[in-house]
Amino acid sequence: MERSNYVSTTNACKLCKPLGACLAFKGIEGAVPMLHGSQGCATYMRRYIISHFREPMDIASSSLGEKHAVYGGGPNLKQGLRNIMTKYGARLIGVATTCLTETIGDDVPMIVKEFKKEMGESGLHDLPALVTVSTPSYSGTHMEGFHAAVRAVVEQVSSNEDSAHILNLLPGFLSPEDLRYLKEITDDFWYPSVILPDFSMTLDGPALTDCEKIPGGGTPIEDIRRMGGATATFEFGSTLADFNSAGKFLRDRFGVPLHQMGIPIGLRETDVFFDALERLSGTACPEKYVLEKGRLIDSYVDAHKYLFGKRAVVYGEEDLVVGLTSFLSEVGITPVLCATGGKSGHFKTAIERVTEGIAPPAAGPEGSSAVQPPAVYEGMDFQQIEELALQLSPDLLIGHSKGYPLSKKLGIPLIRVGFPIHDRFGAQRILHVGYRGTQSLLDLIVNSILEAHQDDSPVGYAYM
Amino acid sequence: MSAQGSVIFKERENQIHRKGDGAFEMDCNRDSLAGAVSQRACVFCGSRVVLYPIADALHLVHGPIGCAAYTWDIRGALSSGPALHRLSFSTDLQEMDIIFGAEEKLYRALIELIDRHNPKAAFVYSTCIVGIIGDDLEAVCRRVAAEKKIPVLPVQSEGIKGNKREGYSAACKAMFRLVGTGDTSDISDLSVNILGDFNLAGELWIIRDYFKKMGVQTVANITGDGRVEDIKRAHGAALNLVQCSGSTIELAKMMKESFGVPFLRVSYFGVEDMAQALYEVAGFFKDKDPEIVERTRELVREELSVLYPELQKYRKDLCGKKAAIYVGGAFKAFSLVKAFRLIGMKVVMVGSQTGTEEDYRDLHEITDEGTIIVDDSNPLELSSFLKEKDCDIFVGGVKERPIAYKLGVGFCDHNHERKQPLEGFVGMLNFAREVHSSVMSPVWRFVPRRKEKA
Ligand code: SF4
Ligand code: SF4
Repeated sequence: MERSNYVSTTNACKLCKPLGACLAFKGIEGAVPMLHGSQGCATYMRRYIISHFREPMDIASSSLGEKHAVYGGGPNLKQGLRNIMTKYGARLIGVATTCLTETIGDDVPMIVKEFKKEMGESGLHDLPALVTVSTPSYSGTHMEGFHAAVRAVVEQVSSNEDSAHILNLLPGFLSPEDLRYLKEITDDFWYPSVILPDFSMTLDGPALTDCEKIPGGGTPIEDIRRMGGATATFEFGSTLADFNSAGKFLRDRFGVPLHQMGIPIGLRETDVFFDALERLSGTACPEKYVLEKGRLIDSYVDAHKYLFGKRAVVYGEEDLVVGLTSFLSEVGITPVLCATGGKSGHFKTAIERVTEGIAPPAAGPEGSSAVQPPAVYEGMDFQQIEELALQLSPDLLIGHSKGYPLSKKLGIPLIRVGFPIHDRFGAQRILHVGYRGTQSLLDLIVNSILEAHQDDSPVGYAYM
Repeated sequence: MSAQGSVIFKERENQIHRKGDGAFEMDCNRDSLAGAVSQRACVFCGSRVVLYPIADALHLVHGPIGCAAYTWDIRGALSSGPALHRLSFSTDLQEMDIIFGAEEKLYRALIELIDRHNPKAAFVYSTCIVGIIGDDLEAVCRRVAAEKKIPVLPVQSEGIKGNKREGYSAACKAMFRLVGTGDTSDISDLSVNILGDFNLAGELWIIRDYFKKMGVQTVANITGDGRVEDIKRAHGAALNLVQCSGSTIELAKMMKESFGVPFLRVSYFGVEDMAQALYEVAGFFKDKDPEIVERTRELVREELSVLYPELQKYRKDLCGKKAAIYVGGAFKAFSLVKAFRLIGMKVVMVGSQTGTEEDYRDLHEITDEGTIIVDDSNPLELSSFLKEKDCDIFVGGVKERPIAYKLGVGFCDHNHERKQPLEGFVGMLNFAREVHSSVMSPVWRFVPRRKEKA
């Protein structure tokens, strides 16, 4: 199945780099994300993020105007930093650049260095940690921005002064619910972990007596400092081979052993994660998870007939799509198209890795049973996804909200996962990972298929 | 280091006024303060907001992907026909484009999209970075227009050139190029253009319907449910009705100057303003059609007879409750102050992203003693005001919503994303219902901040 190539982009299946960076910074205790650029970018991203999490998301901006574009944005950046310090009491300020400031060539690390010096001279000693990351959107997507920010944080904050009996867990961009579950898992293994970033509280906070300036929670900065001395790093992501990731930095700089693995979705990828945890901790998998896994397999069996041969289009962030595709092929669903707006260059191999030898033949619409591996494409937009999907007659779509118009057009269910989810409630509480997350995805998918079936039938069965 | 003292930045002190605290004086239309988390957007956003609802035009954002992605189908602007505006088109500039320029890419993207969608016109939005790399939008648009025989209009909306208001202006300039190029032969003497209404949740249809009942023809919707052909012949209308303080006034002024079309400023929010708008239109046409005044009175009477008894129900519950308002443009704030009064509520804070000195002075006039008036606010200030005034409801947009909710304060969405019509007489009822459903909800009694008080 060949896709068309276009000069223009229609309905992008990606977001811009600084958005990812802001999300990553948001997962650090006491942190305020800041964009060095004009005001609009920050406001747009805030709205986009707020609509998904339904939580406050303050992103400061250096609010550059035309004159700054000519003379450089340094003074504004410094003023912005000062203002965030005094009004927010930030313990860390994460500064991400934007297309604008990259193009006019502002040297942000340099400006920040000057700023620190000036503040030091003024006798102010308790400066917040200042982390800078370069995130021009004209190369890469929000996911590169996310990973780059995580790397920047460890690069600029971590050390190996003390060796620590801890596990660094770099989960990538998951939901707050996912992060809570991961924490629970490592706690149950009795293995102290540092999850970076951790926005399980900052982007899904409880009702309190006040609207906190900076919501509580997030990875403690003290913990980030200790990451250089950790026993190991687990880094989720199947397409990070060429990426200068935080895990690689910790390995190359401090010698922390790195285990890169896919996002644990589905049985096989989750097994990899749990096996690694068992090995690291020397503890057998706690009974709780053995049971979760057992129930998951049991429900795979219960569900298999509803799912076999169903054709799915999966789209979104590369690593998420890989995890989902892995899971779908385990239950007999045929991924007919795997699409992403990203361009890591490793998407196809990663999809092959998780589908090889397990994906059942894609029976074509005419019932041909020739084995067809899924069509796998990077750099896709929804124009291209739609063109292919219309030919592939899928039974369901799996991805974020932006696929809704397509699901409506095709009259098939959309299983909402990932980011953004702008048309449903509870996005921050969707569990995607581990045996438990896979279980809830499975239930959701089976029920959507049953519902579609029920709705399409004139009989009105109340017993499926 | 910990945050100290007041949440109000020294630099912003003159952008906040408390009625009764000395003589009224206010700074506004300033650049947003760095690091203050302004709720404002950019020039591009302003242009996009205004032009977006033109449903049969192609809207191509020339820039990196974000600017286009964040504005994809986020507004509730409905169309009765084509829906090209709901797609998000971008040139998705890449590093090489930044280095070598992207005029050729823009040209090819335009040709490709025009061939695919056959739009009646194309708007090409410039973003910050395009301003920096210096692509000649004008030239590319001219080339494509000549080739494809449709208007291809550059919108000079580089984000850094200011705030939303400059964006409105850029949008008006782009639209003005269309005006005056269409056929006006079948336009009635009693005719208007509706400017500054975006047909959110079908609001414009409600207003058009009122005019129809009055016997007034609507020539062009600018821009809700907008069509290129209508805008082209908009100069044939007898009167321009301009809603929304900033967004389309410049177009009205240009049309007055070049085509002699007079304009009236109106608002369709709230009973008073809605009725006044209709009466003013009737007054304008009464020499041509003396009966229009009576027809209008009849219409208003009929609407009110349905509305008032309904409103009373809500009023009973809401009387004495306190409201805060923070919206994009100041015109909406006026109408909201009056609308709250009608349902017995007190406005204790009112602000906007882009109001003018004159706007704030007028707001100062109509509000009660002690009311906080604020320009270009931010989350820290807003939440401190909400607490200080112990509000029951906050009216704003998506970015303001979580601030209210975290404080256990009700919320009413009055932004472009709304899916519920708030204009017209029926809109007032919807508004009252929405305010009521939030203020009277039982959930607040469980929220820690409110519980402590109770
Ligand atoms: S200019 Fe760049 S950073 Fe800003 S919104 Fe557009 S793509 Fe994102
Ligand atoms: S880059 Fe400029 S035009 Fe685009 S969103 Fe940011 S401020 Fe607005």
